[in-house]
Amino acid sequence: MATVEQGVGGGISFGLTDEQKALRELAREFAEKEIRPKEAEYDENQTHPADVIAKAHEVGLMNLHVPEAYGGAGLGCFDGLLVGEELYWGCSGIGTSITCNGLGAGPVVAFGTDEQKRRWLSPLLEEPLLCSFGLSEPNAGSDVSGIQTTAVRKGDEYVINGSKMFITNAGHAAWVVVFASTDKGKGHKGMSAFVVPTELEGVVVEQHLVKMGQRSTDTSAIAFNDVVVPAANRLGEEGEGFKIAMTVLDFTRPGTAIGAVGVARAAFEHAAEYSKERVAFGQPIAMNQGINFLIADMATKIEASRLLCWQAGWLIDQGQRATLQSSYAKRFSADSAMEVTTDAVQIFGGYGYMKEYPVEKLMRDAKLFQIYEGTSQIQRLVIARELLMPK
Amino acid sequence: MQHKVSEGIGFEPTDEQRELQALAHEFAERELRPIAAEWDERDEFPPDLLAKAARLGLTSYAVPAEYGGGGVGAVTAALIAEELSWGCAGLASTIQATMFLVRPLVRFGTREQQDRYLPRLASEEGCLAAIAFTEAHAGSDVAAIGASARRDGDSYVLSGEKVYITNGGIAELTIVFAKLDGAITAFVVEKEDPGVSAGRKERKLGLRASYTGSLVLDEARIPADRLLGEEGQGFLVAMDFFELSRPQVAAAAVGVARAAFEAATAYARERTAFGRPLIAKQGVSFKLAEMAMEVEAARLLVWRAAAAIDAGRDAGLLGSFAKAFAADTAMRVATDAVQVLGGSGIMRDQPVEKWLRDAKVFQIVEGTSEIQRQVVATYLRHGWTERPRE
Repeated sequence: MATVEQGVGGGISFGLTDEQKALRELAREFAEKEIRPKEAEYDENQTHPADVIAKAHEVGLMNLHVPEAYGGAGLGCFDGLLVGEELYWGCSGIGTSITCNGLGAGPVVAFGTDEQKRRWLSPLLEEPLLCSFGLSEPNAGSDVSGIQTTAVRKGDEYVINGSKMFITNAGHAAWVVVFASTDKGKGHKGMSAFVVPTELEGVVVEQHLVKMGQRSTDTSAIAFNDVVVPAANRLGEEGEGFKIAMTVLDFTRPGTAIGAVGVARAAFEHAAEYSKERVAFGQPIAMNQGINFLIADMATKIEASRLLCWQAGWLIDQGQRATLQSSYAKRFSADSAMEVTTDAVQIFGGYGYMKEYPVEKLMRDAKLFQIYEGTSQIQRLVIARELLMPK
Repeated sequence: MQHKVSEGIGFEPTDEQRELQALAHEFAERELRPIAAEWDERDEFPPDLLAKAARLGLTSYAVPAEYGGGGVGAVTAALIAEELSWGCAGLASTIQATMFLVRPLVRFGTREQQDRYLPRLASEEGCLAAIAFTEAHAGSDVAAIGASARRDGDSYVLSGEKVYITNGGIAELTIVFAKLDGAITAFVVEKEDPGVSAGRKERKLGLRASYTGSLVLDEARIPADRLLGEEGQGFLVAMDFFELSRPQVAAAAVGVARAAFEAATAYARERTAFGRPLIAKQGVSFKLAEMAMEVEAARLLVWRAAAAIDAGRDAGLLGSFAKAFAADTAMRVATDAVQVLGGSGIMRDQPVEKWLRDAKVFQIVEGTSEIQRQVVATYLRHGWTERPRE
């Protein structure tokens, strides 16, 4: 079951190519120059980072996975991780806003016809348009099959009714991929996916949600009241919606997990630096095992998290099934980020609790990684199933 | 002062304790819970709340009865502290700060100081109080404080700045620790004393309804009778204070943990997914089970430390057990409670994310969890269970 043995030859290596290093450097510099200066203010005021998104678009750090044929960079999952870690290191709220198109456009990239790809993907490269992934509902989070949004076929169109909850960027998206039931009797096998432009009549952004962390990401409740879309907006066949959702989430899971690594790394860097400067009882606090052991554990968790993410990304790029490894990566990275950021606040002591210092925000941001894109509990469920009932 | 302590081992509050606990709980439910989110968001303390609490005796319960207070012991105080923090840790923190001044005054104050200040602390109008150790370069390392005091005729003149003080700079009465001839000494400072002013107010992760700010002493002149204890006795006053405050703050941590645990359990019983309530899944129910156990254990450690105090015994080791365990538990439990609530757990319209933000502070104030471990380690190294009294 050891993953390394199922690889595609070529031996094992942990080194990046020069190209990959350059890509990561580009992202790191962007994060440092464009994201970090806005981090605290946008978090405090819950500001949607339209300006940073526009800059990221200009510099080519958005829509990385859109195939070259449609104007995108056509990057694989792994290279996306190199960018993602840096953007989230900058600020996970802003980072999520920038990278969310990967999730929103994912269904089109994976299941769209050539025409659908041209129609929906190419415009994303021309201007900084946003798209969202509309799966979750008030009564259906982990239990995706419980969604109640419906899409009723009427001639050449579908009429969509329902509401989605906790949707990233919905308040600013040009279109949303909406997962709706076209056949209630079939449960999750009766789910279909539709591209729904937000300008259509009946699409209502109901509420921008106020969150504990990642506050500069717009998270909204969005309702669909008798929204009419052409059948041409349906992705794949009727009944393929669940498969589409799960396939896309499999691809984006390592990308979310690496975000947790970015946040954890930021917290660790701040804490390690502080521990060398802060003097108590006559020496830097880093000299105490009570502190330096914490730091040692933080670093270890971050390293292990990153390697799990890299493994999942690499497997995906090899065209292999990576459900187990993606879940390892997401579960471990998210839980680690929560522990690491909590310990970072602890190392800062009283200062760590104050908004003037950057670590309390990181702790608030970290929590969400354990919840979205599959809670840590769902990840464990998936892992257990993969191990005990392998396909 | 000693309080009635039962013989043998017991775990049941007395009728009197139950009454006070119920009083505090009702106040928490009726007055604190409904306003907690709003004042957390506002980053302010509601102006009329302290008086409301004071009129019910919820600020004066530790003041000796002869001075108009409740005269309760540490165990009873812990019961009250848990309920108030269950309501809202931020609002409770401000209310409870009044009680912190009682022990230093009773143990180290002159008769005149007790006559002058204890009735004020018991006032039904509410008395905003503070105790000020921390400075920018001296948190855990209390001995490293730089605030200074010098004798000048009939007065002491104090200079320095205390930071991150609950009610710092706005309190009517503050016990301040400064170095006199290089030795830490305790003083009672009043808001109107010349040279005393409020520095800046801090913005915090949690406990936001509680005012945290700095107290600036700029050649502040106070009469000589404000010396608390003897010159150079300040470190002892501080350590004695922590012996009581640690279990009390630990009790507050238990309150937050309990609130989070209750909300998570209620949610898990109602929320369905995959055809059943969440609580039917071991991934969730085992978490709740651990939360329940830890909250119970934390409370018992608090009670044990408080009972030692009431019996007039050294409670340093037990207090550090209680503080470290309760604080770490509150953080773990609150974090897991948000997790059980899933997406709604991080939304501000549910109280659990606030409890997570509030919980973190307990691992830091009143001696960080690391310092508590250091205290325990010191006892172990010397082979003590109680520190020998000099």
